[in-house]
Amino acid sequence: MRTTSRRRAATLAAIGVLSLIAACSDGGGGGASGGDAGSAYPDQNITFIVPFSAGGPTDTVTRMLADPMAKQLKGKIVVQNVEGAGGTVGAGEVARAEPDGYTVLMHHIGMSTAPALYADLGYKPLEDFEMVGLVTEVPMTIVARKDFPPATMQELVSYVKDNAGKVTLANAGIGAASHLCGLLFQNAVGVKLQEVPYEGTGPALTDLVGGQVDFMCDQTTNTSGQITAGKVKAYAVTTPERVKSLPDLPTTAESGLSNLQVGVWHGLYVPKGTPPEVVQKLTEALKVALADQAVIDQMAKLGAAPVAADQATPEAHRAKLEEQLATWAKVIADAGVKAG
Amino acid sequence: MELLDNLALGFSTAFLVQNVLYCFVGVLLGTAVGVLPGIGPTATVAMLLPITFSFEPVTALIMLAGIYYGAQYGGSTTAILINLPGESSAAVTALDGHAMARQGRAGPALAAAAIGSFIAGTVATVVLAVAAPPLADIALKFGPAEYFSLVLLGLIVSIALARGSALKALAMIALGIMFGTVGQDIYTGTPRFVFDQRELYGGIDFVSVAVGMFGVAEILRNLENEHTRTATVGKVKNLWPTAEDRRRIVGPILRGTGLGAALGVLPGGGHVLASFTSYAVEKRISKRKQEFGRGAIEGVAGPESANNAAAQTSFIPLLTLGLPAHPVMALMIGAFIVHGITPGPNVITDEPALFWGLIASMWIGNVLLVLLNLPLIGMWVRMLRIPYAVLFPMIILFAAIGTYSLSFNAFDVYAIAFFGLLGYILIKCGCEPAPLLLGFVLGPLLEENLRRALIISRGDATVFLTRPISASLLVVAVVALVIAVLPAISKRREEVFTEDDA
Repeated sequence: MRTTSRRRAATLAAIGVLSLIAACSDGGGGGASGGDAGSAYPDQNITFIVPFSAGGPTDTVTRMLADPMAKQLKGKIVVQNVEGAGGTVGAGEVARAEPDGYTVLMHHIGMSTAPALYADLGYKPLEDFEMVGLVTEVPMTIVARKDFPPATMQELVSYVKDNAGKVTLANAGIGAASHLCGLLFQNAVGVKLQEVPYEGTGPALTDLVGGQVDFMCDQTTNTSGQITAGKVKAYAVTTPERVKSLPDLPTTAESGLSNLQVGVWHGLYVPKGTPPEVVQKLTEALKVALADQAVIDQMAKLGAAPVAADQATPEAHRAKLEEQLATWAKVIADAGVKAG
Repeated sequence: MELLDNLALGFSTAFLVQNVLYCFVGVLLGTAVGVLPGIGPTATVAMLLPITFSFEPVTALIMLAGIYYGAQYGGSTTAILINLPGESSAAVTALDGHAMARQGRAGPALAAAAIGSFIAGTVATVVLAVAAPPLADIALKFGPAEYFSLVLLGLIVSIALARGSALKALAMIALGIMFGTVGQDIYTGTPRFVFDQRELYGGIDFVSVAVGMFGVAEILRNLENEHTRTATVGKVKNLWPTAEDRRRIVGPILRGTGLGAALGVLPGGGHVLASFTSYAVEKRISKRKQEFGRGAIEGVAGPESANNAAAQTSFIPLLTLGLPAHPVMALMIGAFIVHGITPGPNVITDEPALFWGLIASMWIGNVLLVLLNLPLIGMWVRMLRIPYAVLFPMIILFAAIGTYSLSFNAFDVYAIAFFGLLGYILIKCGCEPAPLLLGFVLGPLLEENLRRALIISRGDATVFLTRPISASLLVVAVVALVIAVLPAISKRREEVFTEDDA
């Protein structure tokens, strides 16, 4: 057991409320009927599987999209959290699901790291799924306890090189975005640091604010409040451009670490063999949802933005996944990390 | 008089019609999911988050907070009535609460839980209002070394008291710790005791263990024969606590409130220890130690108060620092962000109406919970009259549904069956499930913090002694151990986790 209520999930009461929400929100609801498989879709509830816990960033993004996508599809979408083993339990479940478009997976960067981390995955990301499209990419920030000596990114780089045996680098557990970003940082700087894994971002950030560990790399979603309040020291953001919510924070490239580029990208998947016209309907719905002003506003509050329309396509998604699989296979093998 | 101004601002916000209404909706939903075994507040909050997008931020947070502490409140009901705890804190309540129910005293047990929770909630609200920022600063001084020493102290206090069958209690704690190690090791990623089952990578869920060891095992025992059946009770003695009961619960409620309020502030697992510690303390100082485990009302009032106080003060790190103490708090952070409020230390100064309104609403929520729950006691107690042929299948059904809904994982349901059988065998051997549960909850915390402290100190074990808070906690632990070992005291044999012999 890890934490007592970590894997809390749906309640009958809450499911009832959720269907009520769905019923209220899509006024034009009710499934279309008649016609062949593709044109009748959807004539039953669509399940969006989130392979992480309810309330996490991936879950939040999924629930944001579920409403506008359901409206566009003229159907209902139920979000289900199937957690475990770094998202591989939920992904495996979708890989084995009926390829009819009623089981959809929302997964993040972990889709591209799992083959390198897990010896016996039970599915192949490129071969067992159809890609629907990319969704968003959440930037990451490099932050430290507020009395950590280095003042800038350049100083941080030379400091960790000089004190490699002393510095501690926190992360939110094996395979977490903060762990991956930490690996890239060590690669880019060319040092090996003592990593301190935590059970999720909350406890890691708590110990960073409390000064128990030296520094970490985490999503803006988690860090921007602490950065603006001055409770942690921020060095850089890991995206090509600065983020709007933290305009004073330079990018890694500006600070001379152009090979440290990472974002937590999200994409939608369906099982291999799903009819192309169904995938196309899902892609269309995704594009409409990503252009929805409410979605844009909500994502902005998370420090993120929807991907450009030409990225919310199966082709762009596949290209991204291929590129990321290759990148992480090398980084993870070099670091000698294994999750089991 | 700044505090009074702040409280006035808070209450003027919290008493707005829509805020009182959604506070009520929150505690009502919370009570409902708390009562259903295995069903918890995290998913409820997650699912209701989207409908709060259109609310005022303070209204949204008032409702979500209400679900959380309402669920802490409701969880004791099922634990007392049918021995099905859905949270680690409720497992402690089940010990004496269910024993009371079997004696026809479910009413007083439920009332003691409700009254204790209300008093604890009220005091904790005052603590939040008066001392939130300084307490948060103290909480930040707790690093891995301090948490290790704190959990060790918690375990020792409990072991030290479990003298009657110390060997069996120790064995059960050890077994519980071992069950707690199942799953992926967070430091190396190595899967431990998973037998190639990916479903076990995340570990065994607490709810499966608690529902199996307590609820299912209890049912199996009841099915043995007519004479030993105790789960259903024909005669209900009284609905309300007697004058004697009322006198007996005052001390435990106040001590439980103090303990819970203090431990709840610690984001790294302090709230888990609250009810266990309160139970151990009450048993330690009680003049009626032999009654504990056999229906001592102090064993219900103390832990329930501690639990509710901790639930309330665990908002301190969230509200003052923007740091979540557990998954529900992480969701609340999401709610802040969605409403355009950056969670963090600036919330108190930037959004005073929200901060003080939320605190004031917690007190209103506690009043609503008492008004909601006291009249329901009569109805709950009547539930015990349901014939066992109907009640037992229903309990199993609800337990299975609730556990399955944790993560839509059939494995969790198999786990109930496994732990039910194991619990039955252990009862037959004269071993008690409670120490096992304690080991299961605290073992992983102990290991995680021990290893993290040593990683940060680069293997230097003196870190536990050179850090003042950690060293003080270890000194207290040693004292507790010495007291337990002293022969003069050991004559007064006592058992902290004893239940009725099978």
